[in-house]
This record gives sequence, C-alpha cells and structure tokens, in this order.
Amino acid sequence: MPSLLDLRRRIRAVKSTQQITKAMKAISASRLRRAQDAMMGARPFAAQMERVLSGLATQVDTSAHPLLQQPEGEAAERPSLLIVVTADKGLCGSFNTNIIKTAGTVITEQGATPPTLGLVGKKGRDFFGRRGFDIRFELVNIFTSLKYAHAQAIAKEATAAFTDGEVSSVHVVYNEFKSVLQQEVISRQVLPIQPMEVAAVEGEQLPDYLYEPEPAAIFDSLIPRHVEVQFYRALLESAAAEHAARLTAMDAATNNASEMIDNLTLYMNKVRQAKITGEIIEIVSGAEAL
Amino acid sequence: MAIPDHLTLEIVTPERAVVSEQVDEVLVPGAEGSFGVLPGHTPLLAMLQVGELWYRRGDETSYVAVSFGFAEVQPDRVTVLAQIAETAEDIDVTRAEEAQGRAQGRLDQPVVDMDFERARLALLKSLTRLQVAGRARIRG
Repeated sequence: MPSLLDLRRRIRAVKSTQQITKAMKAISASRLRRAQDAMMGARPFAAQMERVLSGLATQVDTSAHPLLQQPEGEAAERPSLLIVVTADKGLCGSFNTNIIKTAGTVITEQGATPPTLGLVGKKGRDFFGRRGFDIRFELVNIFTSLKYAHAQAIAKEATAAFTDGEVSSVHVVYNEFKSVLQQEVISRQVLPIQPMEVAAVEGEQLPDYLYEPEPAAIFDSLIPRHVEVQFYRALLESAAAEHAARLTAMDAATNNASEMIDNLTLYMNKVRQAKITGEIIEIVSGAEAL
Repeated sequence: MAIPDHLTLEIVTPERAVVSEQVDEVLVPGAEGSFGVLPGHTPLLAMLQVGELWYRRGDETSYVAVSFGFAEVQPDRVTVLAQIAETAEDIDVTRAEEAQGRAQGRLDQPVVDMDFERARLALLKSLTRLQVAGRARIRG
C-alpha cells in the first residue's frame, strides 16, 4: 500500500500537469480564433479569383496552359510530388498521426515509383525524413506566423518541379477544419489543374468585359496565383485544424486529470482512514492487554 | 441603365480585405497604364502593375500601394485583387527606405547573372510605398 506521503505527491504532480493542460487549452482557444479569422480573411480573395478564372476559362483555350496539361507517355510514369502538411508540435491528439497515416497510404498506392515528398511542419519532417524518402523540400516553423509568402514558396517549388517535368503530378495532404471537434484529412491533386475545377462555376457568366491585356494573358498570369491560393488555403485550414485538435485534446486531458485527482484523493482518504483504524485497534488491544 | 451614384471599392489580398468602402472615384494602376473609374464605368478586367492606387470619397482622397493582381470593374463596383495592398497607415517607412537602398545598391552594382527584373520590382515597390506614405504625412 502506498504511503500517504506518496499519494500526496502524486496528487500534486497530477495537479501541476492539469495546470499545464489547462493553460495550453486556453492558448489553443485564442490561437484557434486567430486562425479562423485568417481563414475567413482569405476567403473573399479565393472566391473572387475562382469566379474570374472560371469566367475566363470560357473565353480562352485552357488546354494550352502548361499547368493544365496532363503528362502523357513516358512523362506520366514519373513520380508524383506529395506535399504533406503536418503541425510543428505534438500534443494535439491524432492530428499528426492521421496525416502521416494517410500520406503512407498514398505512398503505397503509388507502388513502384515512390513519390517525392514536400514536407511542411516538423512532425512530418521528423517522420519521413528518417525513412529514406526522396525529399524535395521541407518547411518548418511556419505556423506561428503564417504568411501568404509561405504558400508562394511552396507553389514555386511545386510549379517548378511540374513544369520541368521532374514530377508527373502534385498532390497535397492536409487536415481540413470541419468544426472544432472534427478535422478531416484531405488529399487533393493540385497540379495539373483539373479542367472541371476551372469550369466549376460555369452557371454564373461574367459580364462582357473589356480586357486589358487580352484574356489569354490575364488567364496565364492568374493560373499561378490560383495554385498559390490553393496551397495557402491548405496551410490555413491545417493551422486552424491543429489548434482545434489541440484544444479538444487538452480539454480531454484536463478532464482526465480532474478525474484522476478525484480518484487519488478518495484513495488517499481511504488509506488515511485505514491507518487511523489500525492505530485505534492497536491502542484498544494494548489497553485490553493491561 | 441608370448610372449608379457610388462605387463599391473592395481591395482584397490573399490574407485579408484591406479596403471595403463606398467611393466616388478610383484610379487604378493598370498594367497598360493607369485608368480612372467613375460610377457607371463599362465592365473591365485589367491586370495591375506595381503602383499607387487612389480613391476619392467626397473631398477625401486615400492612397494605397498595390502590386500584382488584377482589378475587376463593374458599373457599380471595383474589386481589386492584389498580392500586396497597403494603406498609408500600414506602411513601415524605415523598412521601405531600407528596401529602397538595397534595391538601388543592387542595380548600381550589378553582379553577373543578377535578377534585374526582381531588383527593379523591389525598387519600384519600395518607391511606391514611400510615395504613398509620404502623401499621408503631407495630409496629416
């Protein structure tokens, strides 16, 4: 039976852990709010962009653009580039595990030609970096101050790899923020851009614009932006999902700690009572012996 | 069609909406030259270049430094999607001055295989920022 002193120490230890999880929960809550704001802030740009692009797509021969071209023949056999977006930190439930698991499935699906990897976030880098994959780039510590420039950097790497013909396609795997309680792992093809994606909002016709310069030139310069926006969205979603996951995990941890403290306190009281009872019996039997 | 009284100006960057206001007139730095927009402008889709955009609301004129992107003009609204858009208050003058110095330095002493276009754009961006910031100071 553990001594009273041991039990008190345990309770104190659990209490200080609980304080930490509580603080982390509060921090995640405020970061989550900021991440959600950033997500909202990015929406109008992406929406406008998509609207104009799909409008332009009806006017321009879209198949000519290199980023829309499906590689054929030998080029299609090349490995693909898989960009895995994980968090920089742990303690967020199954957030990183889920991503890594999905990325693993995608890699095995590719079979004979394992994909090149682009790793965002420390957790993914640590996992895949040690396992001898071909890594094209890694990007860590970006989530504390996520900027559009980060998405641009990723887009630049991905676009270069694709247009140089080094990879046949570019996919991104990330956690999408569904709600505070729910994240969903999304695996999506970014390059080549799927034509139906461009023509998605065709029902809404753009008015008859004057173009300056001509539509094709505008389209060409918008397509790379479109890729950037896609990556930016993935990063923002992942950041929000990470904080949400951590919020939930830390909430559960705090509750577990309270439960543990309750159980330990109950046990401690029992032990104390048993000790007192024992002492009383000793005294009584001592007195009887006299 | 009746000509609308005002324009709704929206300037958005990938990160946030910078300006969302009712205005009377806008001047946009288009890739093929700046153009002014008054209410009732014909629909226009134009690329932007690095430059200064201003908009007027009554007697009050505000300036925004924008770079890269495009503007969509409709009779009653102007939507500017720019990669960078900074109002005069947002601009860090010392940083812009430093950037200008750096870019100028690179252009003055070119090294082999230097990216001229990038240096030129950097210089242009810093100059635009300084210009916009300067206007705010004159007014304030």
